[in-house]
Amino acid sequence: MALKKFAVGCFDEEGTLFHAVARVREAGYKIHDVYTPFPVHGLDKAMGLRDTSLHTAGFIYGLTGTTTAVTFMSWVFTKDWPVNIGGKPHFALPAWIPITFELTVLMAAVGMVLTFCYICQLAPFVKKHHFHPRATDDLFVMVIECGEKTDKVAVKALLTDLHATEVNTQVAEDGWWIGRYDKEQKLYHEPIVA
Amino acid sequence: MSAMTNQYFETTAGYRKWTLYLLGIGTLALALGFIFLGVSSDEHARTRFWAVLLQNSTFFLLVVNASMFFICVTTLAMGGWQMSFRRVPEAISTIVPIFSVLALLVFVGIIFGHQHHIYHWIDKEHVEHDPVLKGKSGFLNPTFFLGWTILTLVVWTWVGRKMRQLSQRADSPFTDEEAKGYMWTNSVWASVFTVFFGLTVASTIPWFWLMSIDAHWYSTMYSWYTFASTFVSGMALIALFVIYLKNQDRLEYVTEEHLHDLGKFMFAFSVFWTYLWYSQFMLIWYANIPEETIYFKVRSQGPYRFIFYLNLVMNFVLPFLLLIRRGAKRNYTTVAYLAVLIILGHWIDFYQMVMPGPLGANYSLGWYEFGILAFYAGLIMHFAGKALAKSPLLPEHHPLVKESLIHHT
Repeated sequence: MALKKFAVGCFDEEGTLFHAVARVREAGYKIHDVYTPFPVHGLDKAMGLRDTSLHTAGFIYGLTGTTTAVTFMSWVFTKDWPVNIGGKPHFALPAWIPITFELTVLMAAVGMVLTFCYICQLAPFVKKHHFHPRATDDLFVMVIECGEKTDKVAVKALLTDLHATEVNTQVAEDGWWIGRYDKEQKLYHEPIVA
Repeated sequence: MSAMTNQYFETTAGYRKWTLYLLGIGTLALALGFIFLGVSSDEHARTRFWAVLLQNSTFFLLVVNASMFFICVTTLAMGGWQMSFRRVPEAISTIVPIFSVLALLVFVGIIFGHQHHIYHWIDKEHVEHDPVLKGKSGFLNPTFFLGWTILTLVVWTWVGRKMRQLSQRADSPFTDEEAKGYMWTNSVWASVFTVFFGLTVASTIPWFWLMSIDAHWYSTMYSWYTFASTFVSGMALIALFVIYLKNQDRLEYVTEEHLHDLGKFMFAFSVFWTYLWYSQFMLIWYANIPEETIYFKVRSQGPYRFIFYLNLVMNFVLPFLLLIRRGAKRNYTTVAYLAVLIILGHWIDFYQMVMPGPLGANYSLGWYEFGILAFYAGLIMHFAGKALAKSPLLPEHHPLVKESLIHHT
């Protein structure tokens, strides 16, 4: 748990947001994150985020499923308990394909969901700081990380210049915590400093 | 948008040269094939002559017709993303009437030339003594075969022409009212085509043209499997032309986003083909009933063993592993190579669907087979190139064009 300083700018429209993201990055500030009411196409590129590796993880999970299914079934049907089923060979690969397929899909899907939750820090009871309650409703909220040397007045002036409708600075928890929001009055209330 | 010179395509000298080479090789192969095989005294040679023509004429007809199916289903789904290259599948679909005539000539040649090694059921005397074929003769007889085939080809041609005429209308501006009516008319004709396509390609046509080669055997997966095979090749063909035109500095509004979606179609339908191929194989393998397994006996354990596995590698393993990455589907070079691989792969697939019946172990994959392949490739290049040059490459005033310009996956 670490408290950090952030400058927060709220925007009404995607158009002004994209422009602002580009200008803020040009000015050399570090964008902590941008919270939008809905997924915005191309925002990841504008923010300079790298492509996700989730699909690589998915491929590896899928491969794990394939291997598990094939090795387990071949062990069962050829070594552990060989049974003559309709005169088919013990190593009856065609008959195993559906199960192999299912296990591949299952492991890939479940693995990717869990990895996604881990990356996004999503889990029951896990809480994160909300920079603006309207970020889930109709506001595009850009959060800039402020270091020791960052001139907060300059950041706020820049955000206002870029047509942010609301600008403030907050000291907030950077990571996640377990608990309830109403038990975290200190965390939630203290930072909203104009 | 101003009228730009690169809105139009003109066949380049290189394009015409390659078309000419392919057509030259193809015509030579066809002529030599006719002399050495077609009028040979050897029955195998005559069967080979017609079986190869059957394989190629049905395969390429279904592949170019897949373009019109693509246009119609995207129209019905109100898909706008394909507008920036819509004229490419349209140009490819202009070949349908030409290939229809060629296919019809081949069917007429086989039926009236009495090539009973290909279609056993045309031999009346044989059918009399064959209870299975006799039972099917109400459906499987030359009159019904040719009648239904001709009706099918006429409807494909006619509705396809209608769809292309509608597309020409989008070269001039609409009022809002006109645009609504235009979308409606498009949907009506597209649904007519799609329903008829289901009645033909997804059921009856592969039964007649291909499954009746092994007339004693049947599979309920067969038509879907044929459809998947030709649809994925059709998408690959569209992708090839799109990439070629992009290389020629045309189709300026096509970006990697559009290529990505074409790549997804190639990837997804390769998997879909595998799903159907495998379902057909596995059920027959599992039930192990001789009258069904005879189809796979000759293919997977007999003389076609190599082609059988090659088929699976070319049409599943390679496209699956090479196209699975996002970057691969957005790379012009990768998609171009895989498009060629997929088309050749499904050509091989059709080869192993057609040949075991008529030729058994006496098949050959030589100058004649690849010559006819070159002939059809040349025909596609020639006629698609001509059709592409006829109209602007962007249906500029189509109501959905904006969607394609801002397309983002």
